[in-house]
Amino acid sequence: MSVSLSPIARLRAPERPVWEEPPSRVGLTAKGVFLAVCCLGVLFPLWVVVVTSLSPRDVIESAGGLVIWPQGITFVNYQELLSGGQVSRAMLVSLGVTGFGTLFSMAVSILAAYGLSRPGSFGHRILLMALMATMFFSAGLIPTYLLVQTLGLTNTYLSLILPSAVSVFNILVLRSFFMNISPELTDSARIDGAGEVRILWTIIMPLSRAVIAVISLFYAVAYWSAWFNAMIYIDDQNKMPLQNVLIQLVQKNTGLPTGLSQRVNTGELSALGLQMAVMVLALVPVAIASPFVQKHFKKGMLTGAIKG
Amino acid sequence: MALQAERPPRPAGTRGGREPQQPRRFQGFRLSRRTRTAARLGSLTWRTRLRRDRTLILMTLPAVVLLLVFNYVPLLGNVVAFQDYNPYISTNGVTAIFNSPWVAFEQFEKMFNDSNFWGAFENTLVLFFIQLVLFFPVPIVLALVINSVIRPRVRALSQAILYLPHFFSWVLVVTVFQQMFGGAGLIAQILEDHGISGFDLMTNAGIFKYLVTSEMIWKDAGWGIIVFLAALASVSPDLYEASAMDGANRWRRMWHVTLPALRPVIALLLVLRVGDALTVGFEQLLLQRDAVGAGASEVLDTYVWNVGIQNGDFSYAAAVGLVKGVIGVCLVLAANKFAHLLGEQGVYKK
Repeated sequence: MSVSLSPIARLRAPERPVWEEPPSRVGLTAKGVFLAVCCLGVLFPLWVVVVTSLSPRDVIESAGGLVIWPQGITFVNYQELLSGGQVSRAMLVSLGVTGFGTLFSMAVSILAAYGLSRPGSFGHRILLMALMATMFFSAGLIPTYLLVQTLGLTNTYLSLILPSAVSVFNILVLRSFFMNISPELTDSARIDGAGEVRILWTIIMPLSRAVIAVISLFYAVAYWSAWFNAMIYIDDQNKMPLQNVLIQLVQKNTGLPTGLSQRVNTGELSALGLQMAVMVLALVPVAIASPFVQKHFKKGMLTGAIKG
Repeated sequence: MALQAERPPRPAGTRGGREPQQPRRFQGFRLSRRTRTAARLGSLTWRTRLRRDRTLILMTLPAVVLLLVFNYVPLLGNVVAFQDYNPYISTNGVTAIFNSPWVAFEQFEKMFNDSNFWGAFENTLVLFFIQLVLFFPVPIVLALVINSVIRPRVRALSQAILYLPHFFSWVLVVTVFQQMFGGAGLIAQILEDHGISGFDLMTNAGIFKYLVTSEMIWKDAGWGIIVFLAALASVSPDLYEASAMDGANRWRRMWHVTLPALRPVIALLLVLRVGDALTVGFEQLLLQRDAVGAGASEVLDTYVWNVGIQNGDFSYAAAVGLVKGVIGVCLVLAANKFAHLLGEQGVYKK
């Protein structure tokens, strides 16, 4: 076992403990190649999609389809999609459902998590058990469908929000975080005359920013990605969210809206370029949002794990 | 009365206030039952506790109502599995339940004689085992590799990239795979340039289950490493140092220190996965059902959707869903029992 580190190894490995042998060149290379391949496996398809969506029609045609290397960049596909019409409408629907849905879900979840964060409060055990029991069973698709129909929610945006508004798992994560906040803080506020709402708003929530960011991301991603509820509850084409439009236009390839398909036929636009642009519109919000919250996520989960 | 117990003892030498200090040896005999219960429950009667905690209860209420309406009430709707339910018999779906004829276990008999049901059942189990063997180890390997990377930037960057697909919708993931491996996808396009035509993995029923599993790996394997990284971060570096002092090389340290540290997490995740065995990716399979055909892609969840929502045979679909749900609850409870035997609580409570 060699303990001394060459200057190069030291440079490569800033925090390597002295007892650890420096890595062999082969091992280091193998590890690097493995990680690079994994990351490329994630990024390469996205790269191709983005590049194709930005390519002019003749480049797409000369490539015979998807474009790997950009040769000239144009935003014409995005201009077309976002200047009114089915896709811009679907984008607005998705943004609206995601925005309102996330706010609603977070309000309900934070309140419930705080309401359940004090063991020994009245009804604490039974409420908690009633909540957690829903993690072990699901009523099934058919009864839920019949219920939503009976409540008259079909063809409304509420059918995209209410049935999936509460995630018990998220409530439990919030709750365990709230419970880790030292009770001295809330106790002193209570002695000073603060009510529960005030304690939640001025003490608990500012201290839980990280976990609130993470859970909001979870809810937002769930709303943004949902398509099944819209498929079974919504008939009106004008109320379809973006994911369902993506299914129609790209996955099932059922043809573009008439205005766009005319321009494709006359040779102004490329159908594939438009399809790829729809995909990019669907992936950009989450791809931008998630790395920002990732830091918090790691912190939140790890502190929770260590505090036990 | 009982509140007295909570009062801190007075400092020696000070006089008691208004209340005389009286030593009560036989206090227990004289207290009423209500007060005794109150003393046990933190010295307050339930009325007092209700008044004290009413804000907390009100805060919990919205979530409870939503879960009641959308999780508990539909449970009752499962009675249509014992009916020949006709939604158009009355003005709305719920009153139709009261007017539809009861058929006892007819739907379940139909199910046992239905080859499509057994086909879906078999597909579900096969897919579960393929996922278990091919998907489950991937996050562990990835976590070990990332954990051995020391440079923080490389670590953070590769984690950010690997987490990313988890946040994509299934629609997007399936479409990405279609663009890569489908009949009009990138690989087909390149092969076409070299004179090979007809490449299309998306409609190939023979390899469909492996395709589905690789989509799953692409989407969620990176996300799965978080739990393992957390477990690895809690291993004391002293253990590694001590074993290195004893002459253990890199691989032996991994075998004797790292893997034992991961063992409880692995066992627990395995148990939880088994508890959820009949759920093998509903949205993902539904999206690819048309391309590859029902024979290869039909699982229990999609069968319920197909029979119930597509064909309108609500009672039969509810019966299938009920069977799946009951087996699912049994598996979850059994798996949890097993997890408790292993001395674990739950992944996220650790």
